[in-house]
Amino acid sequence: MMALSAFFLMFFLLQHFAINILSVFSPNVFNEVSYFMGTNPLIQYVMQPVLLFGIVYHFVMGFILELKNRKAQTVKYAKNNGAANSTWVSRNMIYTGLFILLFMVFHFNDFWVPEIVDKFIEGNSQVGKDYHHHVVTMFENPVRIGVYVLAFVFLALHLLHGFNSAFQSVGANNKYTKGLKGFGKAYALLIPLGFIFIALFHHFNH
Amino acid sequence: MNLTLKIWRQKGPQDKGQMVDYKVTDISEHMSFLEMMDVLNEQLINSGDEPVAFDHDCREGICGMCSMYINGEAHGPDRGVTTCQLHMRMFKDGDTITIEPFRAAAFPVIKDLVVDRMAFERIQQAGGYISINTSGNTQDGNAIPISKHAADEAMDAATCIGCGACVASCKNSSAMLFVGAKVSQYALLPQGQVEAADRVKNMVAQMDLEGFGNCTNTGACEIECPKGISLENIARMNREFLKANVKG
Ligand code: HEM
Ligand code: SF4
Ligand code: FES
Repeated sequence: MMALSAFFLMFFLLQHFAINILSVFSPNVFNEVSYFMGTNPLIQYVMQPVLLFGIVYHFVMGFILELKNRKAQTVKYAKNNGAANSTWVSRNMIYTGLFILLFMVFHFNDFWVPEIVDKFIEGNSQVGKDYHHHVVTMFENPVRIGVYVLAFVFLALHLLHGFNSAFQSVGANNKYTKGLKGFGKAYALLIPLGFIFIALFHHFNH
Repeated sequence: MNLTLKIWRQKGPQDKGQMVDYKVTDISEHMSFLEMMDVLNEQLINSGDEPVAFDHDCREGICGMCSMYINGEAHGPDRGVTTCQLHMRMFKDGDTITIEPFRAAAFPVIKDLVVDRMAFERIQQAGGYISINTSGNTQDGNAIPISKHAADEAMDAATCIGCGACVASCKNSSAMLFVGAKVSQYALLPQGQVEAADRVKNMVAQMDLEGFGNCTNTGACEIECPKGISLENIARMNREFLKANVKG
């Protein structure tokens, strides 16, 4: 279940990245696509709740899983050499995940809340709105850039273990696994790096 | 060589227990780890102290009894061996060695380094078998065609000795490598098909009931398993479990 919600989140992440990268190449196209995403009823009323549910489900299940697993070992070892048999990222999913959660609160406050207030509470028309301008102003603040960059580093760490872990969890371990591992590593590094690039691009280029 | 040992001493299941320091001298590098423990116990008995209780039986890596967590790893620092097969040449003169029982809520300590692994037994009883007719006209296993590949994988899974190192090494105390191996050894063979769905469901249910944690794929078990049981067996169990539940 953890894995299914994670697959969904990874797919969403890819889509989110594709749109964001547009903001680097062309403000106009970015505005048009954002307008479409912000007003299309299918996206607004079906996909958005599904996404929110997916996120909440993933972290709630993550917490439950962590608690159960802690209960399974009541006395800790006096000496435990975890690094001898597993990676740091695999042992610290809960912490990298928690940081992402904190970041998401911050991130929603930056982009999602203003958008919802503007659209549904003040009832403003969305036609011709300059989403691109909003992004650029947001990224002027160096503290915000720092938080975003750090969050993407944590995301990379989370995915470095999570991507292939999800395949193992649904029982897919076969002759493609080796190739997939490489792809997973690439995905886990390139996507967050791409996001970092976008944030820095807007910071230094406005 | 001379060594300092830090060993977990616990009088019984209810006792709180603590680490106690001991010194042993003149240990040969050719000794096995258990022989070194024998030296210590002889020393303790001669001085009128209570010897350290630890599990062992075959002393050749096939029974899976010798559970010890040595310097932070199940069965010590060597790979692909049990504690009884661990040589003292893995250590240096003057080393301090920490020795603890396998830790898991489902493996309660009985005394010192001895833990109760009956939970594994109950998981086996929940489904780790095939039902056959023993009336005397049982079909010859060799008459059933099985591919070399499946036979090899089933044999590999069947080499699990139920030692519990996977549980001991896992940060979640998950038993999924053990259960994965036991499910796989039948799931791969035609004889195991008839009861396949019930087997995986019942064994997983018993595993959860015993209080083992859930696998988060850190891979520690595969590295520490003395028999080299592969993570593929966990994936196969997950697959069998999904299949069994989708079919209802
Ligand atoms: C909202 C904050 C998040 C929290 C608290 C969180 C927490 C967790 C936890 C506790 C686990 C499983 C534990 C483990 O393997 O040790 C996990 C697994 C995973 N997470 Fe997250 N996560 C979050 C966000 C994300 C995001 C945004 C993505 C992807 C875009 C993601 C992708 C994954 C993947 C792929 C797995 C592996 C699933 C499996 O092994 O079956 N997570 N997460
Ligand atoms: S899977 Fe390996 S570590 Fe686990 S019980 Fe079997 S032999 Fe021991
Ligand atoms: S005593 Fe039998 S495996 Fe070590």
